[in-house]
Amino acid sequence: MPKPEEARYTKTHEWIHPGAEIAVGISDHAQHEMGDVVFVELPKVGQKLEKEKPCAVVESVKSAFDIYSPVSGEVTAINDAVTGEPALLNQSPLDKGWMFKIKPANPSEADTLMDWNAYQEFVKQSAH
Amino acid sequence: MNCAPVVDNRLSIEKSDAGRRGLWCKNPLRAKAAIPANLRRKAAPRLPELSEFDVVRHYTRLSRLNFSVDTHFYPLGSCTMKYNPRFYEDAAALEGFAALHPLAHDNCAQGTLELIHDLSARLTELCGLDAITLQPAAGAHSEFTGLLLAKAYFENKGETRTEIICPDSAHGTNPATASMMGFNTVNIASKPDGRLDVEELKKHIGPKTAVLMLTMPNTLGIFESNIEAIAKAVHDAGALFYMDGANLNALIGMVKPGDFGVDMMHLNFHKTFSTPHGGGGPGAGAIVCGKHLAPFLPVPLVKKSGSGYVSDFGDKRSIGKVKAFFGNTGVLVRAYAYMLAHSTKELGEIAACAIINANYVRSLLKDLYPSYSSEYCMHECVLTPGPDLTAKGIKTLDVAKGLLDRGFHAPTIYFPNIVHEAIMIEPTETESKETLDEFVAAMKDIHAQGMAAPQTLKDAPVTQPVKRLDEVQAARQPNLRW
Amino acid sequence: MYIPHTKKDKEEMLKAIGASSFEDLVKQVPGKFLWPKLDLPAESLDEAQAAARLAGLAARNCRPLNFLGAGAYERYTPAAVKAITSRTEFLTAYTPYQPEASQGTLQAIYEFQSTVCALYGMDYANASMYDGASSFAEAVRAAVRVTGKKKIAYAAGVNPQYMDTLKTYFAHSPEYTYVKVPTKDGVMDRTALPGLLEGAACLAVQTPNFLGLIEDMDGVAEIAKKAGALLVAAADPVSLGILSAPGEYGADFAVGEGQSLGLPLAYGGPYLGLFSCKKEHVRQMPGRICGLTKDKDGKRGFVLTLQAREQHIRRDKAASNICSNEALCALSATVYSSLYGPEGLKELAEANAGAAAYAAERLSAIPGCSLKFKGPFFNEFGLSVPGSAAALREKALGRGVDIGLPLAPLYPELGETLLVCATETKTEADILKLETTIKGAI
Repeated sequence: MPKPEEARYTKTHEWIHPGAEIAVGISDHAQHEMGDVVFVELPKVGQKLEKEKPCAVVESVKSAFDIYSPVSGEVTAINDAVTGEPALLNQSPLDKGWMFKIKPANPSEADTLMDWNAYQEFVKQSAH
Repeated sequence: MNCAPVVDNRLSIEKSDAGRRGLWCKNPLRAKAAIPANLRRKAAPRLPELSEFDVVRHYTRLSRLNFSVDTHFYPLGSCTMKYNPRFYEDAAALEGFAALHPLAHDNCAQGTLELIHDLSARLTELCGLDAITLQPAAGAHSEFTGLLLAKAYFENKGETRTEIICPDSAHGTNPATASMMGFNTVNIASKPDGRLDVEELKKHIGPKTAVLMLTMPNTLGIFESNIEAIAKAVHDAGALFYMDGANLNALIGMVKPGDFGVDMMHLNFHKTFSTPHGGGGPGAGAIVCGKHLAPFLPVPLVKKSGSGYVSDFGDKRSIGKVKAFFGNTGVLVRAYAYMLAHSTKELGEIAACAIINANYVRSLLKDLYPSYSSEYCMHECVLTPGPDLTAKGIKTLDVAKGLLDRGFHAPTIYFPNIVHEAIMIEPTETESKETLDEFVAAMKDIHAQGMAAPQTLKDAPVTQPVKRLDEVQAARQPNLRW
Repeated sequence: MYIPHTKKDKEEMLKAIGASSFEDLVKQVPGKFLWPKLDLPAESLDEAQAAARLAGLAARNCRPLNFLGAGAYERYTPAAVKAITSRTEFLTAYTPYQPEASQGTLQAIYEFQSTVCALYGMDYANASMYDGASSFAEAVRAAVRVTGKKKIAYAAGVNPQYMDTLKTYFAHSPEYTYVKVPTKDGVMDRTALPGLLEGAACLAVQTPNFLGLIEDMDGVAEIAKKAGALLVAAADPVSLGILSAPGEYGADFAVGEGQSLGLPLAYGGPYLGLFSCKKEHVRQMPGRICGLTKDKDGKRGFVLTLQAREQHIRRDKAASNICSNEALCALSATVYSSLYGPEGLKELAEANAGAAAYAAERLSAIPGCSLKFKGPFFNEFGLSVPGSAAALREKALGRGVDIGLPLAPLYPELGETLLVCATETKTEADILKLETTIKGAI
């Protein structure tokens, strides 16, 4: 799994680790904002996802957050560990807390996402 | 001496003693029962085995762990926690009402049918509309009924409309109901003053719009002053105007919603009409509507026939039933008692005193807890913790818990969602000036505590049967039964 | 009127507000709408007058010796139940939004959920729904969400009012289809199941069914499962004092009308929707749920939990729009179940079955009358009568007995049949009076 600097980010705070199979999770900033995660609902293996469409749900005690697919493609794997232990999204968002992997329909889509520096700037801007 | 009461927080099942009995059923006809063995349950249900006294003491003790309207000021915004007059309970418990079977022959139900008929007539007049159903079990259930009416109305006209418009300040039930009914929800951002933006509305409303759902006064406690323009925009688009009547306590007897173009609205008897909330139900609701929607109302309705009353099953246009039987008639008896106990003038006095009380609290607190709106409010006001408390790390939740330690139930918090750290206070008209003064003093005291020793406020409550509870564990590892 | 304000109070308060008059406060309401003429009584009644008016209305409802059931059952409500539910700490509290100040209501809900699980033999239950019909409709909706299928198979013996409510819930989506499993001798024809369940989200069954007959549920869940359908079971909770529990025969969702647990008939409400499910469907359970947890000192306490499923957070993505539950009715049912306990509930169930068996024995011996169905029943049964069942009922009502519900409007194929119910409130003498009345009225 990526170091924060190696991942790419969406405006809805998902991270991806580009490759032949793209791993997806939520950013450290996002898990901070959500608070203690108590429930995770993942897509199914084989499910076709569309870029920027909701495909998973993360719940804290008093809120629910849609997770949007960063790219289009097919789900190749899901991380069952996070459904059993949602706290992994808080403890290790970029490693043990990965959520699912996608085989991208169009690998160049990943390039359009923000890099670490751009994302940090984006977070800073959104705070205002 | 060092004595402290033993705190008994055992479950009833943990007090169970095998073989102990509370009540018996000794009817000798039991001997006639002939249920074949293959249809019988294999294991007895795991229920507590207790004496009657065990049960009475257990639940009496539990009752004492609650705050309630009778014991504590309960200013829960949008919930209208007013005094529930005692004689309503006696009336609802009268054998003639309580023992009436829902499938009783109309001839046997004349008293209840007359009550429903008279209550219906009074409520339609109160709202300035033409027809009513008392079948819904609650407010959200009324919304569901209302949208079914809209659906039937447009189908009957041969129109397909797929969208419901709600402002972002709406109660969560509005979009949830729309979605349950297969409508798409169009959210409209409120203006900075908290009102619906009429220009935005005009941009979004059109031939696809079925209904505008609007709470009046809205959840910020503000009246939509542009009501005529809003109603016109809705009707120009051929859509229907639904008023969420959760906050009717601000308007009762003072205005008739029908006058400003509402096509239908719901009532919450457990709010405006003072039927007890019962720890979260039962409530009862109603949909009041104009003539154009009347043919679609759920059945049965009650109509007068000669000297008596009969159930009326309408015609094919009815949407059918939203609930088995007639509705929560036990709650309707109480609501009828409320209408009997108030003259026209007294109904208006309810709204007036509810508004005075909310403004009184707002004006005395707004320097320490800034009000979301700079205007006078209607029956409730939305405050926030303010910059000095925020600087100390104090959140709305801490203020709420501080109130519990001072013997007041907390207001509604974190709602409406569009206000950051909202504290929504609805005192209701039945609270006296003295109680409000005590509440204001408590809020000021909390402010002082938060400024001087913020951590102590973060530890509140300390006077309740339990301290702050671990909601994360409750959700991550659900333990929902013994 | 219940307003404490004196004229002086109001003046002082307006002064503190800084308003010169009340009219100042409501300037946001266009003036032309204020204080309209209302055609309502100019005088209110005082409490004694209002109580007398209500007592007069109550007295206009007549009190026949009642043999009506059909989804709502006459029970004796123990005095201890009334004593607890009239405690105003329960009666006048609201939804437990502040858990530290609502532990009484919360623990009672937890015990209610546990009671429902115990009776139905299921893993989890919610804090209750509006009534049996709405629980039934919500369970079928949940089955549709779980399976993603839109065909709903239901046994013909399901309470017609439940089916009406369900169809109203799905009225917006024409793509839902309904398949009725026919009855044979008044119970579900099991041989028809495999074919009809193809592609169905669920099989919905009620037992004892609307005609009072007990369905043999052994193996039904397996047949459903083979077809990829879930099993939704509706059952009267008192019958579960002796009858097979839905959990024992593998139901995915089990629901019921909690009025049966000692709540007054009250012409249809407030009642109590019981809703329970298997563990794997817990996220699909609508409405409020209470959970046990710890406070920061490690002490046991209760909170509303799994709230992020609900309407106030998910808004248009919520599983249901339901907001309230029937907490006071749930408390009443919990106290009732605790007072009777497992033995008492068994006795109650036996008394129901015994009273109905005795009534069936006496009535079927009346010339011209016969039992409509042969199978075992719980506390009600179909009785074929000579001539019009509706006319017979009206005639008997004139003699102070409501002999049962004519079934022809709901099941025309059953002809002139009455659904006769006898609960534990009926004595041998009552049943003999029923017999004499019917004999006399024929």
